[in-house]
Amino acid sequence: MQVVVGSGKGGTGKTLLSTALAQCWGDRVQYLDCDVEEPNGHIFLRPELSSRKECTVTVPEIVRDKCSLCGKCRDICQFNSIAIFGETIMTFGDMCHSCNGCFLVCEEEAILETTRLIGEVETGHSGDVEFVHGRLRVGEAMSVPLIKAVKQHAGGDGLTIVDAPPGTSCPFVESVTDGDYILLVTESTPFGLHDLQLAVEVVRSVDKPFGVVINRAGLGDVSVKKWCENEGIPVVLQIPFERSIAEGYAQGMSLLESKPSLRSRLRELLEEISR
Amino acid sequence: MKEIVVISGKGGTGKTSIVGSLAAIINNKVVADCDVDAANLHLLLQPAIQEKEDFVSGVKAVVENDRCSGCSTCSDLCQFEAVTMDDVARISNTSCEGCGVCAHFCPEQAIVLDDNHCGSVYHSDTAYGRFIHAQLFAGEENSGKLVSHVRKQARQTAEQESADYVLIDGAPGIGCPVIASVSNATALMVVTEPTRSGLHDLGRVLDLAAHFKVPAYVCLNRWDLHQPTSVLIEQECSRRSVSIIGRIPFDEAVVDSQLAGVPLVDFSNGPAAAAVRLLWREFEKKIEQAQ
Repeated sequence: MQVVVGSGKGGTGKTLLSTALAQCWGDRVQYLDCDVEEPNGHIFLRPELSSRKECTVTVPEIVRDKCSLCGKCRDICQFNSIAIFGETIMTFGDMCHSCNGCFLVCEEEAILETTRLIGEVETGHSGDVEFVHGRLRVGEAMSVPLIKAVKQHAGGDGLTIVDAPPGTSCPFVESVTDGDYILLVTESTPFGLHDLQLAVEVVRSVDKPFGVVINRAGLGDVSVKKWCENEGIPVVLQIPFERSIAEGYAQGMSLLESKPSLRSRLRELLEEISR
Repeated sequence: MKEIVVISGKGGTGKTSIVGSLAAIINNKVVADCDVDAANLHLLLQPAIQEKEDFVSGVKAVVENDRCSGCSTCSDLCQFEAVTMDDVARISNTSCEGCGVCAHFCPEQAIVLDDNHCGSVYHSDTAYGRFIHAQLFAGEENSGKLVSHVRKQARQTAEQESADYVLIDGAPGIGCPVIASVSNATALMVVTEPTRSGLHDLGRVLDLAAHFKVPAYVCLNRWDLHQPTSVLIEQECSRRSVSIIGRIPFDEAVVDSQLAGVPLVDFSNGPAAAAVRLLWREFEKKIEQAQ
């Protein structure tokens, strides 16, 4: 079973919750950090890393001697990655989405497949938890292929926890598409509620079962709870606003270390979800 | 005209709350919200929308069912796993990246490419001046292009009004929308917090600033919540020769001002509001020195 932890708004506690969910389950559990722009799961799980693999995408390189400057590759490219100026043809690998269109239309076999490095995938273990994360190369704009590479490690008959990136656009969608259940973490503030509403819209559009977790409960107002009630969305967990949790988080302590009494509640939650 | 972008790497460090206050402090500026995935600044600035613009970027493939023979050429060629085959091809709107390969190679010409209307852009008036904001539709791509568009609109507005500043609220992370918001900016204000995650993400976002050669200054928010980690952040900044230009203490007035829908400095005269005023003075000095 795959449980995805997402949020819409950043900094609401996705990583705090998802690392604790992985830790409380015990055996046959994976933690996949899909927040590849700013992966933080390793801070709390402190895994022993055992492998590192570069993640690349395919981009075109023109063999000038074979190219007839017919312009078919430029015309099919929707991303302006190929330009022709007079007798010069140029490619812009940073803009390429690796759709293969240029390779397919070229009749002169004048386009070679080369690669662009977008980041790396590291794997390891933290106790019984199998750990995988992706780290986007600084300066790289495209995170979705790296998120896919992290998700390729999902599998087995146990539990997979996916720590999703913030936001509601393509990286978030890619992270939730294979989920069996989505947990949306928020805080009960106007910003938290607003971004929760956007995240709910995405999760509904991909038709996944989901529930809401209110973090720092006690801070803010009751607007998130009220809204969830009106929408018929279950609030499946509340994590209290406590200085000890915040201080533990600051130092990189996992939620189970700073608030051990939550362990049984988190296990219960996972059992409820898997039913 | 100077373009200032507030970013953070890690989400939830207080970017938008700080930008809301800066909007109230800085005279003669245009404000833009470039966190187009999850825009929140309008909740503080209470804009009166003057003009709404549809944002159309790229295309999406659409199958004309009566022409589709179900041959699966499209699903064989699609690199984005966007096509599933029934009697006819079905294309997932969220997975389609609009590359057009399916439409080009469809033997029945049963696939058309429709313009992708993926968001809205708003030109608004607020009590603090002109405000350009946007909303990317849920689950869409092209956030980088929408950010570039919002920035361009904000710059044009600033030029028309002879504004001194464009103040931009950026997105979390270091990917597509952030890159689109920082390139060629005058200076970045990087908001961080004293947590291990904040420290880790600060490093990556400062690497990004260096990569794009944009000067960056750090604001340490809620600095008193965990002083040992604040010291680590000070050390990291000093190792990188990056200045910390503000230290904002934890103050419940920040959440209260958000609940009231008002920028902090217009809501409270407490310690956080005072620190934000100081922050701006220091930042202004830094960018004047750098010019």
